[in-house]
Amino acid sequence: MNQEVDKKEPGEVTTLYNEFETWTVNTGGQTIHAKRMPGFFRTFKDRAQLALWLPFFLVPYLRWNGKQAILFDVDHNQFHFFSLTVLPQDIWMLSLVLLVAAMTLFAVTSVASRVWCGYFCFQTAWTDWFTWIEDKIEGNPTARRKLDNAPWSFDKLKKKVLKHATWMLIALLTGISFSIWFVDAFDYWNKLIHFQLPTVGWVVITMFFFGTYILAGFLREQTCFWLCPYARIQGVMSDNQTILPTYDYTRGEPRGKIRRGGEAVAPQGDCIDCFQCVQVCPTGVDIRNGQQLGCITCGLCIDACDVVMDKINKPRGLIRYASLDELSGMPAKKIYQHPRTLVYLSIILIALAGIVWGLTHMGSLTLKVVHERQPLFVQMSDGSIQNKFDFKVLNKTDKDFRVKVTAGGGVKDQVIVGVEHDPMTHHGRGTSFTVFVKAPSANITKDVVPIQFRVENVDDPNVFAEYTSKFYGPNK
Amino acid sequence: MSDKHDASSVPTTGHVWDDDLGDYINQPPKWWMLGLTVSAIWCVVYWLYYPAFPISNAGYFTKGLGGWTAIGEMEADKSVVDEVRGKYEAKLKDMTPAAILADSELTEYVTRSGKVLFGDNCAACHGQNGVGTHDKFGLFAPILNDDDWLYGGTIDAIHETIQGGRQGMMMAHADMLSEAEIDTLANAVAAGKPTSTPLFAEKGCTACHGEDGKGMQAMGSANLTDSVWRFDSSVEGIKYTIKNGVNAGTPDTRVAVMPAFQGSKLSDAEIKKLAVYVYKFGGGQAQ
Repeated sequence: MNQEVDKKEPGEVTTLYNEFETWTVNTGGQTIHAKRMPGFFRTFKDRAQLALWLPFFLVPYLRWNGKQAILFDVDHNQFHFFSLTVLPQDIWMLSLVLLVAAMTLFAVTSVASRVWCGYFCFQTAWTDWFTWIEDKIEGNPTARRKLDNAPWSFDKLKKKVLKHATWMLIALLTGISFSIWFVDAFDYWNKLIHFQLPTVGWVVITMFFFGTYILAGFLREQTCFWLCPYARIQGVMSDNQTILPTYDYTRGEPRGKIRRGGEAVAPQGDCIDCFQCVQVCPTGVDIRNGQQLGCITCGLCIDACDVVMDKINKPRGLIRYASLDELSGMPAKKIYQHPRTLVYLSIILIALAGIVWGLTHMGSLTLKVVHERQPLFVQMSDGSIQNKFDFKVLNKTDKDFRVKVTAGGGVKDQVIVGVEHDPMTHHGRGTSFTVFVKAPSANITKDVVPIQFRVENVDDPNVFAEYTSKFYGPNK
Repeated sequence: MSDKHDASSVPTTGHVWDDDLGDYINQPPKWWMLGLTVSAIWCVVYWLYYPAFPISNAGYFTKGLGGWTAIGEMEADKSVVDEVRGKYEAKLKDMTPAAILADSELTEYVTRSGKVLFGDNCAACHGQNGVGTHDKFGLFAPILNDDDWLYGGTIDAIHETIQGGRQGMMMAHADMLSEAEIDTLANAVAAGKPTSTPLFAEKGCTACHGEDGKGMQAMGSANLTDSVWRFDSSVEGIKYTIKNGVNAGTPDTRVAVMPAFQGSKLSDAEIKKLAVYVYKFGGGQAQ
């Protein structure tokens, strides 16, 4: 990478500008038509993309007990995961899930560079599918460039229309598939084909349609270069110990065209400057310049280089997954000698523990009690003191049931009034009711005493919730 | 794939500062100019479509072609709320307060709107949440969240009270009883045992307050044996009540008037809501 710069005299301000003359910045001026070459990483990328994103299209159609198996029900503020229903009160676990996702991204990136970018990212995946379609319809990169430059003809029009129509179809399907994670899939389709979606539904599908079509069809690597923050974040996640697709410059340089028959004039490295690695690159970078922002570490250049090395009878791996330490001849460290990765892993473990704790302690009933603020207490005609409490009971099970209200602590001989009928709680939402506690004045020894309320399912005492409030009386 | 930035081909303005600083003549990018133009067009369209420009300081302004008004938008929003409330209100119309009370969903709806109605119409005298208010003579308006009711604590009695109002009535006894008799009676009443003195029956207190001193809800006379006091629980306060009466027409008499709310003040539905709301304070009594 530094070949050019090194020749300049250091310390001169003008060398910066000299560099500028040769500095190439990919701002999307030319469409990248990458060659598709079979190989190990090509296969791995294909399968990884499908493994992650095929479920994105299909999972919403899964049913479970007559309902959608996985549904972020935005209309009813619920998250359904098979038999599990998570209400907004427990959504804090989602932040831990996101933390696990982020830390997994960091950990993987610190070990093996931008694995997400290269094999899993939706931008990579959709762009790859779009270019595959392009390849099938318009032909190989050479044919595509020729077609782009050719004057308009019926044949060109036919190919272009077919390509864009297919892209749009995928874009539309993407929008639909995204939407049905949040509303019932079959209901959504029904409303869609009858043009009865609510406004927000149309907005979402339109945004996803254009987003997919433009990002995967036109912006492509420009998204990774200039739009995506994760590309930048992940860039700083790798260090000398991280393995990434690397050009072995010690073996490859000085590069030069292979000369048939004759001996090389000067000593020559293994790189024959065939540019196959550049031609297969979906972001159009030259890996021989070293790891760079534009490289999504998809390994396709490794496939290409290996094919060439086989042809010229040189060992494979001129471009390979290697760390900078390895290339500079330093001894390879083990993963447990990589403190940063260990920190990421421990954060993941803590977050996972939090999720497990949350899921097991979610309970099926929650209770909140608010003591009436004014009046704190009321004197009744028989001299007893009455307190008023507002109960909010959240039934997280999938059935409606009645709850029995009991109280511990408080004042001797206290009576609970107002819930003799065992209030009904409806599943999946909060129920509020008022509870009065009446206690004989003579038994009140302090102006404030704690009182523990308990609500339990009348049919199943194991389903219960407790809350400690206070009972107020006159100053004694 | 790449943009070669060849600076030399762009002309400068011709001015040179500090020996070698020039100013390029670069057009703003096309997308930027497009954005500017679209924004300008948007401004004009917006200006024409919505009320925008004052014509005189008498409040005239361009009304806009779209016919949008803030009031209109508010009315539209209100109709959404009314639609939600509509199904409840329709039910309430033909229901008795007791029937509303029996329906937990309606009760919840009614207590919510009742809170607002109570704050607007009742809290001035009865206090927020019915805690009662005091004046220099003692309690000015009764506490509504205890279980002591002058005119009855059933839902129907409360409903009737709000509809027709109430007016307390007790004669001033300053001229009828001696100071000693008043003192004896006041002390007996303050102790919660009015019948402990024979004067209670002899002087005719029982006519209104009953043989047992527990009052009669039909006429709104107070229960003198319980712990809840209408005006003042001190001996001095009780003496004052006995001497000056309630609504007795004298300048020093105690005042206890609840206005009627039926008719001009509140609608039938609103009175029903208030009855349920007051009943749910904690002192409501079964039929």
